[in-house]
Amino acid sequence: MEHKNLSLTLKVWRQKNSKAQGGFETYKIDGISTEMSFLEMFDVLNEKLINEGKEPVAFDHDCREGICGMCSMYINGRPHGPWHGTTTCQLHMRAFNNGDTIVVEPWRAKAFPVIRDLVVDRSAFDRIIEAGGYVSVNTGTPQDANAIPIPKQKADAAFDSAACIGCGACVAACKNSSAMLFVSAKVAQLANLPQGQPERATRALNMLDQMDKEGFGSCTHTGACEAVCPKEISVLNIAKLNNEYLGASLTVARD
Amino acid sequence: MTLNSKVPEGRMDQKWDNYKASVSLVGPANRRRLEVIVIGTGLAGASAAATLGEMGYKVKAFCFQDSPRRAHSIAAQGGINAAKNYQNDGDSDYRLFYDTEKGGDYRSREANTYRLAQVSANIIDQCVAQGVPFAREYGGMLANRSFGGVLVQRTFYAQGQTGQQLLLGAYSALERQVALGTVTMYSRHEMLDVVVIDGKARGIIARNLVTGELERHFGHAVVMCSGGYGNVFYLSTNAMGSNVTAAWKAHKKGAYFGNPCYVQIHPTCIPVSGDYQSKLTLMSESLRNDGRIWVPKKKDDNRKPNDIPDEERDYYLERRYPAFGNLVPRDVASRAAKERCDAGYGVGSSKQAVYLDFKSAIERYGKTEAHKKGMHNPSKEEITEMGKDVVKSKYGNLFAMYEKITGENPYEVPFRIYPAVHYTMGGLWVDYELMTTLPGLYALGECNFSDHGANRLGASDLMQGLADGYFVIPYTIGSYLSKEIRTNAIPTDHPAFDEAEKNVRGRLEQLLNIKGTKSVDHYHKALGQIMWHKCGLARNEKDLKDAIQEIKALRAEFWKDVRVPGEMNSLNPELEKAGRVADFFELAELMCIDALNRDESCGCHFRLEHQTEDGEALRNDKDFAFVSAWEHQGDENWELHKEPLTYEYIEVKQRSYK
Ligand SMILES: Cc1cc2nc3c(=O)[nH]c(=O)nc-3n(C[C@H](O)[C@H](O)[C@H](O)COP(=O)(O)OP(=O)(O)OC[C@H]3O[C@@H](n4cnc5c(N)ncnc54)[C@H](O)[C@@H]3O)c2cc1C
Ligand code: SF4
Ligand code: FES
Repeated sequence: MEHKNLSLTLKVWRQKNSKAQGGFETYKIDGISTEMSFLEMFDVLNEKLINEGKEPVAFDHDCREGICGMCSMYINGRPHGPWHGTTTCQLHMRAFNNGDTIVVEPWRAKAFPVIRDLVVDRSAFDRIIEAGGYVSVNTGTPQDANAIPIPKQKADAAFDSAACIGCGACVAACKNSSAMLFVSAKVAQLANLPQGQPERATRALNMLDQMDKEGFGSCTHTGACEAVCPKEISVLNIAKLNNEYLGASLTVARD
Repeated sequence: MTLNSKVPEGRMDQKWDNYKASVSLVGPANRRRLEVIVIGTGLAGASAAATLGEMGYKVKAFCFQDSPRRAHSIAAQGGINAAKNYQNDGDSDYRLFYDTEKGGDYRSREANTYRLAQVSANIIDQCVAQGVPFAREYGGMLANRSFGGVLVQRTFYAQGQTGQQLLLGAYSALERQVALGTVTMYSRHEMLDVVVIDGKARGIIARNLVTGELERHFGHAVVMCSGGYGNVFYLSTNAMGSNVTAAWKAHKKGAYFGNPCYVQIHPTCIPVSGDYQSKLTLMSESLRNDGRIWVPKKKDDNRKPNDIPDEERDYYLERRYPAFGNLVPRDVASRAAKERCDAGYGVGSSKQAVYLDFKSAIERYGKTEAHKKGMHNPSKEEITEMGKDVVKSKYGNLFAMYEKITGENPYEVPFRIYPAVHYTMGGLWVDYELMTTLPGLYALGECNFSDHGANRLGASDLMQGLADGYFVIPYTIGSYLSKEIRTNAIPTDHPAFDEAEKNVRGRLEQLLNIKGTKSVDHYHKALGQIMWHKCGLARNEKDLKDAIQEIKALRAEFWKDVRVPGEMNSLNPELEKAGRVADFFELAELMCIDALNRDESCGCHFRLEHQTEDGEALRNDKDFAFVSAWEHQGDENWELHKEPLTYEYIEVKQRSYK
């Protein structure tokens, strides 16, 4: 691919810690190759800030391959930026034009407090999984893996739901800050597999309860989550979760 | 100290069963009192922490990411091996063992590798029980594919996201234990030292990465699952945060480091595009099942790949290795690519790349589909379309990833690939029980040296991590902890904790106070350049000696002139990086010393002085059939201990994949 160099203006959210008041800072940056990834562009910015004796911008990232779910930038009003089905780390500068101004903010949601700059606390997602996002099986000697055949369509559907990387873009995109897409992906994965059946009803109820407790909003079906999900998790998972929830509410006695 | 590998007596295929039958057990009431610290929540750490929690031990687990689910294991693409023989193609525990030994160029401990093969089948059962959605055939049975260096299909997979699915399985088991209260999870925490009391590992110092506070944690035992050190090269396929610090601190507290020079360079990665490059992206080895690797037959051929006719292409792996073809092991494939590029046949603007082409696979699959659908005279376009669909279903996410990064569509033009640092076979030396030379300190997964010898076969590390965590440590830790049931938890105001914390704080303050002129990344990149050129794919005595001097000089400059902004008591990613790079400097020197000392070629360790006539690695079993275990003896000073490798169950041969 031929590449070009871009000059850009960045407006980046800076916030010292969770208690501090944050605000935007503006940076001019040149010589950004269109072949760079968005995070490599931030590396260049940070190198420049360090050389100027300033503090670099803190942001979360690790794999830079779109799979760990750590990167989380809200770019020009959209979680993970303009490319469909793409994480921040996989977004490349080809997506931008010379002279562009790019606004970068952290995920914004009550349940995801800002830790510093673009870094937020997403531990609420772990607690939702703790509430039931598993099959209760201890390590040991379970039956042979091929003992229960699973129809390919079911296995594939379970996989599609399981592809969620837990990034939280769905929450950041939602005007209610709902975590329904994330919760529904896990519930649907396990509901599609025979191993998930015994705890099927309680799982949906408990995970949703926890979601409420963490301060995520409820779902009003705007579909904003699906539109930004880097793994293209479908809103059909939410429909499935609603069915699970209804079924469970009827059958599970709750205390 | 002499090395005791503690390999049990008896026949190879009975050792593990005998061991399990006779190892001391810890009763349930005592387990509740015994505290175990687990560093890392990748496949090794999450599976170990979850299982130890299920058994009733009091577990504390640590990771530096914001959630245990994000460990580097999540990025593993291709698959996990297991000797299930579901394909009825002649697989067995012995064959998996044999392939692993041979793939590792006969430089691993037989008993460990055999045990790995034995427990492999159980891993798949366990993962399926957890709800891991492996790929399946239409009949509902599990699907398999092949990886390099083997002639059977024993690799289980979940599209190109096998690591993700396995890790999410282990993570969910871990979170279940967190909910049950047996495991306490410390995310965004970085272990910065091991605390040793009366010669035993008794705890750690960890930094809370959000507040910057240093914390003290006691444990009756410490289990290190901190991953590999490929990032010493700066550019690698590892996640950005992967580092050696945890293992290195353990090393400096008495754990020997095994075979540090064994580094695997993966043949199929996206080539470097510029000096801003921050990491290299792997294109899974599974692509070599269907893709064909080639370069033009003519030097400096600047035609577009699709304009070069078949007879003017050199499918050099198929030419040199007719039996294994494109599926030779990684070390062989990487060197062959470098050989072609160095000889002037490389492609792309940098000329440091070769093609990986799916054209014939698309055509082959398209024809099969047409046949299945009973189409008699399918057009070329129809065949191509159907073939692309099949390829998409197998490798779709990899193709999409490549296109996002390079802007080129690999369904239409071949991938451009080049070798990149990927995996480190070396690591903390462990015995059969996975204990290091520091009593009470264990090492699991990629951070230990065990099982893969001088070269790891594809899809074998996910297997090892889960074998170690689910099925080995739960037994072997009992052998140690059964003798600790009378040890009460040691209060963390013990002088050993004071001392360790003081040292950690001193080092962090020192880094912050240098206030030099160059960034941490500047030094890390410079170190990576030395390592890649002088301790990479091909090594020789002179380069290694030069490298040692260059590393020492660069390290001295780092400690004088690095600029680490920010402060200690807040989230400070630059400070985290600085500490890790400081440790990489020390490790890099040891890697070069080890590579220099190992005056033979074996697996990934290729010394130019030792090669066969056709350029293959030439081992020297007489002088080098041993594991190098390095004891830290003070700054820039190590003593070598040797664990001899003896082979009872296989015949040691010159590897051949022809
Ligand atoms: C791109 C890619 C693809 C791969 N594909 C395959 C494949 O298909 N099949 C296969 O078998 N292998 C594959 N591998 C190799 C395999 O993924 C790794 O070897 C394996 O996942 C390592 O697992 P681990 O549990 O040992 O460590 P990791 O997953 O690296 O986990 C390390 C853990 O330690 C923690 N940690 C580290 N240091 C500290 C510290 N100081 N304090 C606190 N916590 C710390 C981290 O937070 C993390 O939780 C691949 C590797 C890469 C890079
Ligand atoms: S559903 Fe999509 S957007 Fe939401 S956490 Fe999962 S991967 Fe991210
Ligand atoms: S850094 Fe891992 S998904 Fe972006």
